Amino acid sequence: MTELIASVISRSIAASTPLLIGTLGEILAERAGVMNLGVEGMMAFGAVTGFAIALHTQSAWLGLLAAIFAGALLAFIHAVLTVKLRANQVVSGLALTTLGLGLSGLIGRKLIGKPLQAKFSGLDIPLLGDLPVIGKALFGHDILVYGTLLATVLLWLFLYRTKYGLAVRSAGENPLATETMSVDIVQLRMLFVVIGGAFAGAAGGYLSLAYIPAWIEGMTAGRGWIVVALTMFSLWDPLRALAGSLLFGGLFVGQYFLQPYGISPNLLMMLPYLATLAALVQGATASTTRGRSAPAALGIPYERGER
Amino acid sequence: MLTSKWRLEALSHPSSVRVGTTMVLSILAGLSLGCLLFLVMGVSPVTAMTKIAAGSFGSWYGFKETLTKAVPLTLIGAGLAICFRARIWNIGAEGQLLFGAVAATWVGLGVGQHLPGWLGIAAMFGAGAFAGGIWAAVPAFMRVRWGVNEAVSSLLLNYVAAEFVQFLIYGPWKGKTQFGFPYSDDLPNALWLPTFYGSRLSWFPLVLAGAAVVLLTVISTKTRFGYDVRVVGESPEAAAYAGIPFGRTVFSIMFLSGTLAGIAGAIEIAGVHHHLTYPWSISSGYGFTAILTAFLARLNPGWTWFSAILFGGLLVGGDVIQTSLGLPFATVNIFNGLVLIAILAGEFMIGHRLVRIQHPGDSR
Repeated sequence: MTELIASVISRSIAASTPLLIGTLGEILAERAGVMNLGVEGMMAFGAVTGFAIALHTQSAWLGLLAAIFAGALLAFIHAVLTVKLRANQVVSGLALTTLGLGLSGLIGRKLIGKPLQAKFSGLDIPLLGDLPVIGKALFGHDILVYGTLLATVLLWLFLYRTKYGLAVRSAGENPLATETMSVDIVQLRMLFVVIGGAFAGAAGGYLSLAYIPAWIEGMTAGRGWIVVALTMFSLWDPLRALAGSLLFGGLFVGQYFLQPYGISPNLLMMLPYLATLAALVQGATASTTRGRSAPAALGIPYERGER
Repeated sequence: MLTSKWRLEALSHPSSVRVGTTMVLSILAGLSLGCLLFLVMGVSPVTAMTKIAAGSFGSWYGFKETLTKAVPLTLIGAGLAICFRARIWNIGAEGQLLFGAVAATWVGLGVGQHLPGWLGIAAMFGAGAFAGGIWAAVPAFMRVRWGVNEAVSSLLLNYVAAEFVQFLIYGPWKGKTQFGFPYSDDLPNALWLPTFYGSRLSWFPLVLAGAAVVLLTVISTKTRFGYDVRVVGESPEAAAYAGIPFGRTVFSIMFLSGTLAGIAGAIEIAGVHHHLTYPWSISSGYGFTAILTAFLARLNPGWTWFSAILFGGLLVGGDVIQTSLGLPFATVNIFNGLVLIAILAGEFMIGHRLVRIQHPGDSR
């Protein structure tokens, strides 16, 4: 029984990691005032690029770097369209998803089923890893899991405890007032959309370099959309995103453990999506009652006040 | 001394020539970029484009396949055009189509054999339309009641609908006559839409799509409701000031577009598959492609048939390059995505122009 519990916890953490990485990125972009619905596409593009490069160079780290770059590259298109050309953010994000999924199909066509040697494997931490139950559940993960946890805390500190973090948050709340404090809104938003894309790419890289590790067509399987929902669920707060992604990771894993009890796998597969919907309602109602609302300027293109 | 510099100037009423040429150039730019990517990835773009064009428009059979796919795209795209005009982002047409297909199958298998054919078909389409509308009303309700972003909620419901269809075909609806395949039983023959010889195209859906285009054009340009939709899209505050009920408008347009998607689902069942099958077979991404369709038509329902034929051709082309070049079906999304990106950039070109302004410098 303890074996089972340890295994459920361990797999939930692994399943939640790509969700958390992606959500951190989307939080940054949305805090700056730009919604990016292209996460699914950036993830898929990151996953396939990372896998291809890791396979080629035999280095998992170079693969991850390539995944990050791939996500940032796609996000740059979104940044130009929505920030510079003030295109609609919803539509541009969908275009990104479409393009990213298409690219991953084209690039990945010869990578399907190839085994990967250069991958991120679980660490062997002395002492801590030998502890009963929690050793296996908490201390046997790959380095990226711990890196993501660190990034979560650092991003929280950045957003809430630094001056530049304050500028990012106010860019999403009241860009006009922020610009009067000599912050270049266009530049800042471009930058954080691209950084958000880098995170989404890394999330994809985690899937193809650590979580699976392989390239499977359609392997992102809607995780990008869960990231978008988790961002709202987390009320744009990195620490809440950690809690939220653990919950969703648990649901992903839970469906496999419930399957032997005769419950239709398809009905179980609905759970993460239904839970996300519930979370959206919770997030929306909480944000109106507790004053933790969405960034006020989210989704609104910013035009320098000449006219 | 005169100094001069270039600056961007907003155009409030771009000419139709400007709009037309920019759109054509955008489409060409998107397709060319796609070809470039194919070249980079070692797939001959000439071969790919020839295969796509020949497969979708090069023969009568191909053209009928293109029209078969253009029908659901037109229906859904026209509904989405109205939604997007009001800045209501219904991304859930895929799920609404699937629920329409489920309801149509349910009615067709349940009461189909007890009714005369035409009445049975009418019942199927009615059920499909209603189910699609209801599935779209869920995100509308969540938006109006709790302020939940409808783009995300309607999209998540796509996944729920797809899982539900699979649950049905693997579980309670699995047909006893399908040799173990996860399909529902076939509809009684009387409920199959009559098709043109050697194709999956029938006249009834074509008429429906045409009627929807005309009807939605009239609604959006000639009625009070169409006016309300535009005002809500331009400024919800102005709409509230003018006494236009936001909630009711959102509900109506979401229900309307869901209805059209549901009808598309009924068409796929009665006209193409004749049983409930895998969600990805019932709809080859129509719900998403219809978003592009609506945008290429510049949110004008009257033009959706045109962009639907173009994207229908690309979908058929995707099937062709999958079988003949061994590329995954998803690759055709490259063209879809790039065309949409080019159109978005084109919108900026349409709405702005570079002007040279000359003004007296500081020297007096």
